[in-house]
Amino acid sequence: MPELKPLIEIKQLNKHFGKLHVLKNIDLTIHQGEVVVVIGPSGSGKSTLLRCLNRLEEPTGGEIIFEGISITDNEHDINKLRENMGMVFQQFNLFSHMNVLENITLAPKKLKKITSEQAEKRAISLLEKVGLVEKATSYPAQLSGGQKQRIAIARALAMEPDVMLFDEPTSALDPEMVGDVLSVMNDLAAEGMTMAIVTHEMGFAREAADRVIFMDEGKIVEEGHPEKIFDKPEHSRTKDFLHRVIHI
Amino acid sequence: MDFSFLTNYHMFFINGAKITILLALFTVALGTVIGVFLALMKISKNILLKGVASIYIEFIRGTPLLVQLFIIYYGLPMIGIHFPDIPALGQNFGDFMAGAVALSINSGAYVAEIIRAGIQAVDKGQMEAARSLGMPHGLSMKKIVLPQAFKNILPALGNEFIAVIKESAIVSIIGIHDLMYNADTVRGNTFQPFEPLIVAALIYFVITFTFSKLIGMLERRMNTDART
Ligand SMILES: Nc1ncnc2c1ncn2[C@@H]1O[C@H](COP(=O)(O)OP(=O)(O)OP(=O)(O)O)[C@@H](O)[C@H]1O
Ligand SMILES: [Mg+2]
Repeated sequence: MPELKPLIEIKQLNKHFGKLHVLKNIDLTIHQGEVVVVIGPSGSGKSTLLRCLNRLEEPTGGEIIFEGISITDNEHDINKLRENMGMVFQQFNLFSHMNVLENITLAPKKLKKITSEQAEKRAISLLEKVGLVEKATSYPAQLSGGQKQRIAIARALAMEPDVMLFDEPTSALDPEMVGDVLSVMNDLAAEGMTMAIVTHEMGFAREAADRVIFMDEGKIVEEGHPEKIFDKPEHSRTKDFLHRVIHI
Repeated sequence: MDFSFLTNYHMFFINGAKITILLALFTVALGTVIGVFLALMKISKNILLKGVASIYIEFIRGTPLLVQLFIIYYGLPMIGIHFPDIPALGQNFGDFMAGAVALSINSGAYVAEIIRAGIQAVDKGQMEAARSLGMPHGLSMKKIVLPQAFKNILPALGNEFIAVIKESAIVSIIGIHDLMYNADTVRGNTFQPFEPLIVAALIYFVITFTFSKLIGMLERRMNTDART
């Protein structure tokens, strides 16, 4: 991969929940167009790391710089910064009282200077992209998990973010629906979207990632190209973890 | 049983029922306003607001309505608050207001808990999704959380409304000419201690039953709107 400019720089990031030290001096740079996959055991701090990036969790120490702007210094409007960072959740979190089209167009209509027609046109093209145009007027309760997650991805893309954060996007899905969601994510990666993905889908990580980060107990233990991490892991903790998730 | 007194006294029941309904409407309106403010205070991050709201709610829910009523009725004049008599609204408007304010202060505490619980029952992920798109807290609250909370709140608020109608009978003690007071008057005048109570009970029931049906209709209407 050609060396591109850094999009997100994380410096000495720390996060405590009360006495619990969940993230310990994390340093990480995500470059433009890069697909970074974060793996690691349950409770290692993967979700917390991702949620600190758009400050759904408040870091307790360190600095995060996004597109050259510090998002941790409270000088800048966090809402404006979030408009450029899409997030996809394990539990989809579609707005349950709104139909699919309303879910996708709400934030652009309220936050961007565009007309309803423009927002709807763009929503329809996003629905085409995730293969769900026919669901435009359905309500979330009428969709399968895989469909919900693809709509959630479309909703995040509607704000035209510069980076997409995924927190275990396929973990709540029935196995036969995982493929649909992963293929949408693969398309995004191919288009050059910068992505930070927490997942347990090791096959996807190997295929789609430019870089794999292995976290354990709040630290980045090992990182590198997927072939290095999966085929020649250096740390015993990485080896143990991969052994457990791949051979069971 | 002899209900022949109704020929002469039916207006007592009708006028009493009017006052009871008026009192309940006033109480629900003011009680809801109080309740919304208390609920917002209680879910806010400001410790002072939170504390004041908690103390208010705990105190009101932990003391008898009758005591609260007397405190307001005798207490307001003592601290210099007098409601003027407005002849158009009946001869005892000052008493009516004391009763309505006491009921509202009481109901507000219960409404606050209903609203707080309704807001907190909305999945936290809904707020997080809205915030992650860049929507500010207030906008997320207005567009995402409150509409969903409203659906949780409405049935409980309906029950509270019905409870208010029934509990409002207590204001007959301070001389407000509500349904209960007038039924008592009829008992005294006719020397029939029993039958007027049956009439009053039936009227209370018709009022509460009608409201609960209306609220049920409203709920069903909202559910078909959202198709959830
Ligand atoms: N809001 C919170 N309050 C207190 N502790 C928390 C909170 N959120 C997470 N934690 C704790 O922080 C640690 C890291 O949690 P996190 O959710 O980031 O782990 P994870 O790597 O995403 O795990 P999983 O694979 O199970 O999702 C855990 O010990 C968790 O219990
Ligand atoms: Mg997690």
